[in-house]
Amino acid sequence: MAAIIEVRDATKRFGAHAAVDRVSLSVAEGEFFALLGPSGCGKTTLLRLIAGFETADGGSIAIDGTDMTGVEPQDRPVGMVFQSYALFPHMTVAGNVGYGLRVTGVAKSEIERRVAETLALVKLDGYAERMPAQLSGGQRQRVALARALVKRPRVLLLDEPLSALDAKLREQMRHELVRLKQSVGITFVIVTHDQSEALSMADRVAVMELGRVRQIAAPDELYEHPNCRFVAEFIGRINLFDGRAAGVVEEAGGRRLIVEGAALGRVGVPMNGASAAASALAVGVRPEKVRLDAAEPDDQRIRLQGRVVEIAYFGETSQIMLALDGGATVSAALTNATRSVRPGVAVGDVLWASWDPADTLVLET
Amino acid sequence: MIARQIDFAARRDLRAVLAAGLVFLYAPILVLIAFSFNDSRRTVVWQGFTVEWYRQAFEDEALLEAALNSLIVAAGSTILSTLLGIMLGLALHRYRFRGKASLEGLVYLPIVVPEVCLGVALLVFFSALDVTLSLATVIAGHVVFSFPFVAVIVRARMAGFDPALEEASRDLGAGTWQTFRCIMLPHMLPGIAAGALIALTLSLDDFVVTFFTSGPGSTTLPIKIYAMVRFSVTPAVNAASTVLILLTALAAAAAMALNRRDTTRELP
Repeated sequence: MAAIIEVRDATKRFGAHAAVDRVSLSVAEGEFFALLGPSGCGKTTLLRLIAGFETADGGSIAIDGTDMTGVEPQDRPVGMVFQSYALFPHMTVAGNVGYGLRVTGVAKSEIERRVAETLALVKLDGYAERMPAQLSGGQRQRVALARALVKRPRVLLLDEPLSALDAKLREQMRHELVRLKQSVGITFVIVTHDQSEALSMADRVAVMELGRVRQIAAPDELYEHPNCRFVAEFIGRINLFDGRAAGVVEEAGGRRLIVEGAALGRVGVPMNGASAAASALAVGVRPEKVRLDAAEPDDQRIRLQGRVVEIAYFGETSQIMLALDGGATVSAALTNATRSVRPGVAVGDVLWASWDPADTLVLET
Repeated sequence: MIARQIDFAARRDLRAVLAAGLVFLYAPILVLIAFSFNDSRRTVVWQGFTVEWYRQAFEDEALLEAALNSLIVAAGSTILSTLLGIMLGLALHRYRFRGKASLEGLVYLPIVVPEVCLGVALLVFFSALDVTLSLATVIAGHVVFSFPFVAVIVRARMAGFDPALEEASRDLGAGTWQTFRCIMLPHMLPGIAAGALIALTLSLDDFVVTFFTSGPGSTTLPIKIYAMVRFSVTPAVNAASTVLILLTALAAAAAMALNRRDTTRELP
């Protein structure tokens, strides 16, 4: 697929602080792309660079093969949905949606037709004559979407589009965004600090920290194969143990890296890209991959013995935390697959936490 | 808060103080208006209702000329000070520049400087430049003390403007001018109108600055009324004053109404 957005070494400084620091990424035509990161990581600044509201101090941004340096926001083939929605308060819904067509001199009949068509697309038929102040948060969001989409941009940029909505509505709008994306077929670039939003909607996610891109990958790839400690900790929950490489052994299943750590002891894990020379490593495992047993499990699994100190109940899962001898902890997520109210685990129980070596993440720190 | 208000209304002594204050403030004006309808030339005793003094006032050509001058000055200074005030208010809202703090201080200067000093300063300035005093100099003088009010109001209005609206407009393809006209101006309009009406009110009833900056043939209504009073207080003066009060009160009420409507029509 051709790249619709090509960012090369883009840098934006505010004073001495680099909000976006030599970022390169490319978004494919028709892709649902997410910029994810904690607040202050530069994701919104990057979006504003693409929209043209900020001028890059270095690097280049091309949209649809055209270099955007010096191109004003009004001349870029992008539509933006603002975090505050930024609806024009003195115009009706139809006035808001038709605005972008009016200022570019589209014929009146054509405007009416396209406004009606776009309002239907976001399921707001019948709201054309309302004022923004008369709408609910979710409806305002839809108007903002319609207003950006009516111009048929090549790319729709969405800045934290769901953050102003309450939890139930957020869930609903998430489905709505995916549906809209499928029906209009254009590229979506969404900025969010909420990993579940990014993972559930996007085809690919760029995780940002301190102005740099840490990893760009599909959601499952990010979760199962994070390339650094930051991404592993930012996406989902993880048990991490410090250790160091202590050699490589050849086994029937392939080469294994031997890692030694205070809490971990001496374990062999699949190489999966980690360098045998790295002295400081983090060994991680996702809580849902950890199994809890009263008896010591068989030889293949990596195991740790600890005492249950906390049971957190989340409905679909329960998070059990074990305290190990050295002071470290390990969490296991148990799926509550049956309607039993007693989980069979109590605080104070001494249990074995174990996992398959193949499920182990080895991260350089 | 509500409990305190009820408490205040129930206290007779406080209500008496309030009533005395209101009487002190407004009784002279009410007396003036009442006697403009009094069917008697001399006495301050009520003799019956008449509109004779209004007829006389409207037939007094010098008075009419003064009234016309007042309207010309008010219109001219309102338009000029509104335009200048919008530009200054917008500049203070939008831009960061060196000396902005000093400029902000300077904006308030014409508001706080004693009017007599401002009048003398303008007179000295005009004579130094060898400018003949006329309606134009009066208008210039009025602009000096009116436009800061407009600037302050416009700036306060723009403080509530979401900058994302401007970006949204540009993102949708509007140029800078279209964005200003279609998005920013409608937001600013209540502030502009309120500022313009305040400028109008200030100009209509200004005496001091006008006194120093008007020349022969450029007498305005307040100056004319003052001159008439120096000869004798005729009921026609009462009538002319009543008209002036009515004009200013209407402008002020319109300004207040606009400001009110403005605050009730905001998005939550």
